[in-house]
Amino acid sequence: MAKAKKTFEESLQELDDIVEGLEKGELGLDESMALFQKGMELSKFCNAKIEEAEKKISILIENEKGDLIEDEFIVEEAK
Amino acid sequence: MLYRSEEMKYVLSVSDINRYIKEIFSKDLVLSNIWVQGEISNFKHHYSGHMYFTLKDGMGIIKCVMFKTYASSLKFNVKDGMKVLARGYVSLFERDGQYQLYVEGMEQDGIGNLHLAFEELKRKLFERGWFDDEHKKPIPFLPKRIGVVTSPTGAVIRDIINVLSRRNEKFNLLIYPVAVQGETAPPQIAKAIRKLNDENLVDVIIIARGGGSLEELWAFNDEGVCEAVFKSKIPIISAIGHETDFTVTDFVADRRAPTPSAAAEIVMPEKETLKNTISGYEIRLKHGILNWLKLRKNRLMRIQKSSVFTRPNILLDSSRMKIDFSIRGLIHQIERKIINEKTRFKICVSKMDAMSPLKVLHRGYGIIRKANKKEIIRSVTQVENGEEIDIQLSDGIIGCVVKTKIE
Repeated sequence: MAKAKKTFEESLQELDDIVEGLEKGELGLDESMALFQKGMELSKFCNAKIEEAEKKISILIENEKGDLIEDEFIVEEAK
Repeated sequence: MLYRSEEMKYVLSVSDINRYIKEIFSKDLVLSNIWVQGEISNFKHHYSGHMYFTLKDGMGIIKCVMFKTYASSLKFNVKDGMKVLARGYVSLFERDGQYQLYVEGMEQDGIGNLHLAFEELKRKLFERGWFDDEHKKPIPFLPKRIGVVTSPTGAVIRDIINVLSRRNEKFNLLIYPVAVQGETAPPQIAKAIRKLNDENLVDVIIIARGGGSLEELWAFNDEGVCEAVFKSKIPIISAIGHETDFTVTDFVADRRAPTPSAAAEIVMPEKETLKNTISGYEIRLKHGILNWLKLRKNRLMRIQKSSVFTRPNILLDSSRMKIDFSIRGLIHQIERKIINEKTRFKICVSKMDAMSPLKVLHRGYGIIRKANKKEIIRSVTQVENGEEIDIQLSDGIIGCVVKTKIE
């Protein structure tokens, strides 16, 4: 069974649902603790995803053969 | 004034005939609202603000006037030799006996064609359903890599990078440089979109170009570009021109941004805001679980404090009291019953006493019997003279003999 790759958006939505469910306070002890744990896991996951990206700006250039290569892009200063 | 001569002809004055001709012009549907194509000549821009010129087409001319109110909204400078499309109505200038075109709007020729082509392509793609919502893909929330199809120089790419940096210092941007106007632009733009798709290089594409005239933005009204945008599997945000500029690409794209900076905002959520949202959830999680515990704990404490636990005897006591009460009640009932029965008994006894024959005897009555027999004599017919009878009185019996009977 393939493990579904959670996107940031999906995780955030799930976190929202968990928090609402927990706040209602109608669940039993085991379920509440389980939800709490899942919620904290999701928030950690989301935080990690935010920090994941590395800053990189590149530009595609066609070489002599017509292939595209990435090169670092230098922003020209405002005149 | 109308009068007849000998030859019975109608003769009009000059102003009559001019008025008549003017009437004819105004009643004519075609001449009341018309577009005329021609070349400008003899152009004069009067100090009053009004423009006077003629339009010619090699075979003739028509005189034109464009009053200040209309002339002031022209988007270009009128010059002799320019090819234009002029919109207005034809009327007669009575003073000069001259008909002319009163121009209310004017466009450079070629532009007019462009407008038509724009409307034509827009209608064509609309009918194909390329603008429909069901084809629009959602923009990914935190794209891993953003692609921008634009000119590598100029303010546009700089603005995009600035906005992205402000919202999140970490982002991954890939620029596919293209010409954004001129004949070479459409095939380059279409190729860029296709290549980004084929090699799946990015999660979202922004097509960006700064403001400009219809001609300068024309590359984005190219059908080939629109087709590449429509067929793109990667979501595309189009940010072309200023807020009020619309190209056909804008309609086909998955999302339209009014400016390139706005496109950058759409694509990149603010990092701080996101972090705050997540922290908010964490706080609510913790509060939620603490609240849950507090509620249950309170409930438990209340239960523990309840008298059922602290003084369990209470239950017993009250039951005991109930039993006592019941017993007392029973006893009370029984006692009352006994008293009642006693009273009844007493009443019966005294009734019986009252009816006792012995009491009657005390009052002087006697019981008469046949001698030595039990039979009680109630009637004189029961005895004969000389018969022996016994009379029982309260204190003894008298033996007697019947002497006489009186009936």
